[in-house]
Amino acid sequence: MTSNGDTLLKLQAITKVYGMGEAQMFALRGISLTINQGEFVAVMGPSGSGKSTCMNILGCMDQPSDGHYWFRDVNVGTLSRNQRTLLRRHYLGFVFQGFNLLNRTTALENVELPLLYRGVGRNERRVLARLALATVGLSGWETHKPNELSGGQQQRVAIARAIVTEPLLLLADEPTGNLDSQRSEEIMDLLVQLNRERGITVVMVTHEPDMAAYAQRIVQFRDGLIERDVCH
Amino acid sequence: MISKLLTSALPIAVREMQRNLMRSVLTMLGIIIGVAAVIVLMTLGSGTTQQVTEQIASLGSNLLMISTGKSMGPMQSSTAPKFKLADAEAIAREVTSLVAVAPQASSNATAIFANQNWQTNITGSNERYFSVNNRQLAAGRLFTAREVRSGAMVCVIGETLRGKLFGASNPIGVRMRLQKLSCEVVGLLKAKGQSSMGSDQDDVVILPLRTFQRRIAGNNEVAMIQVSAKDGITTDAVKQSIRQVLRRQRHLSAAEEDDFNVVDMKEIAGILSGTTQLMTSLLSAVAGISLLVGGVGIMNIMLVSVTERTREIGIRLAIGALGREILAQFLVEAVVLSTTGGVIGILLAVAIAGVLATLLQIPLAFSPLVILSAFIFSATVGVVFGYMPARKAARLNPIEALRHE
Ligand SMILES: Nc1ncnc2c1ncn2[C@@H]1O[C@H](COP(=O)(O)OP(=O)(O)OP(=O)(O)O)[C@@H](O)[C@H]1O
Ligand SMILES: [Mg+2]
Repeated sequence: MTSNGDTLLKLQAITKVYGMGEAQMFALRGISLTINQGEFVAVMGPSGSGKSTCMNILGCMDQPSDGHYWFRDVNVGTLSRNQRTLLRRHYLGFVFQGFNLLNRTTALENVELPLLYRGVGRNERRVLARLALATVGLSGWETHKPNELSGGQQQRVAIARAIVTEPLLLLADEPTGNLDSQRSEEIMDLLVQLNRERGITVVMVTHEPDMAAYAQRIVQFRDGLIERDVCH
Repeated sequence: MISKLLTSALPIAVREMQRNLMRSVLTMLGIIIGVAAVIVLMTLGSGTTQQVTEQIASLGSNLLMISTGKSMGPMQSSTAPKFKLADAEAIAREVTSLVAVAPQASSNATAIFANQNWQTNITGSNERYFSVNNRQLAAGRLFTAREVRSGAMVCVIGETLRGKLFGASNPIGVRMRLQKLSCEVVGLLKAKGQSSMGSDQDDVVILPLRTFQRRIAGNNEVAMIQVSAKDGITTDAVKQSIRQVLRRQRHLSAAEEDDFNVVDMKEIAGILSGTTQLMTSLLSAVAGISLLVGGVGIMNIMLVSVTERTREIGIRLAIGALGREILAQFLVEAVVLSTTGGVIGILLAVAIAGVLATLLQIPLAFSPLVILSAFIFSATVGVVFGYMPARKAARLNPIEALRHE
């Protein structure tokens, strides 16, 4: 179940402008990108080059200033707010650069959250969330709250939360940014496994060439543009 | 659809309230204080009003009080000569618009029966005293006009005194001692409670005036004359006639001022009830303010917490919660906190008002309207201010909400 050639998403001349008038600032200056079902893509580029901005747009969490975004055959720009939310709920998993876990909420409950909004029953939720936590190596940490976990552990909870629903597309913004190299490799192995065995399409931002090497394709950003797009 | 939305939001809302116990408690506290303060103040206010109204109703009708001295009001001290029985008789004879005239003198003395004794108020008057003061018999009889004329050794007692001296035994027909006087208890008055001045109107012995003057006071003075006017007569006209009679009786020349005064009890009652009404409206104002302060408190905490919670809203939105699902959660939280706070506030108010009413000896006058409106006001404030800011936050796109710090 590696890349089967079906187009999963397509960006066409996407721009993103922050601010207005004098203070106007282009985070994305016209990105065109096609990603097929089953691909494992690494996004690289210097800080401030627009990687997170692009990921947010891919995740339907932010809207581009201009350009088109097709998810499968749906033009995301024409969707209502609620439709975009449902798209996130059912097809997407997102690992934020800043984790974004709920405070004062246990690791298990954080991981259960996307299942809750999918309407999964309580018991099944428990089982799946425990499984996802075990997958990222956090068995035994279920009842810990984010402020009782290290940065790397929080990051792994965020990954567990993104994969617990087995999404069609997993967007991960520097998922190994806070991990030591051994943990990073474990996480990368996990992502590769999810990609190979379950056909989950993975788009991952990373600064580290070692991590990018796990991907089949590397997209290089610079100043809001795609500088290079190479497949292995 | 909506009920399904709310039911599915309930467990999330409950979980969030548990997680943020302090915030939940503070929010409820605002509502509890607001509701409790309003109910307690309004209840005590209307209890007092009710008490005063009852006291005014229990006053004799068209009652005028004539006492010696120049100053107005019932508590004057003056060196003006006391009245004599003849003054009362002259009023009764000459002022035609009166129903009854009751001359009175009183003092404190110890009443003794068997091995019990009790310091009480002894009043000498005539048989009209009872109708003028609106006193009814509970047992036995009143003394007669004949006994009043002859200065018989009979008396009528009040309920408090009966309890102190006689306990469970029947006092009627029994002789008790008042200083050197031994008199027969012929009647027992129905209890009347405290007067509007705060004295116990049941801690009394009423004797024929002559008996009192001879055996207790040892003089022939009359301290006060109570008269009741016929219905439909203006008390001003009655006052005027009484003044003429008394000025003549007391040999006052045209240049001299009255050395006595005639007070309409209704005037005093009016002043008193005016004061109570003022107090009640003051209490209501204070109650209103505390409700407002409680409301602002709720508002404040809700606003602050929603600002804090914008990140939470962002996370939920990002993970796939619809705006309306998040709003349902916030609505349920606000409703649960507000109504729980409201119910606790009501229970607290009932307890506090109960204790205070007992301490202040006023009737407990709970008004369902006050309770309901205080509850509805706070609940509305809680719900509106819990919901409105959340609505604003749930309209953001997830990234905006997440960036909000
Ligand atoms: N909300 C915002 N308002 C204004 N400018 C923004 C906003 N978000 C991002 N930017 C700007 O857009 C540009 C791209 O930001 P982005 O977060 O996409 O960079 P990045 O490639 O993810 O960098 P990093 O590797 O540091 O995470 C940056 O110059 C940033 O300052
Ligand atoms: Mg970034």
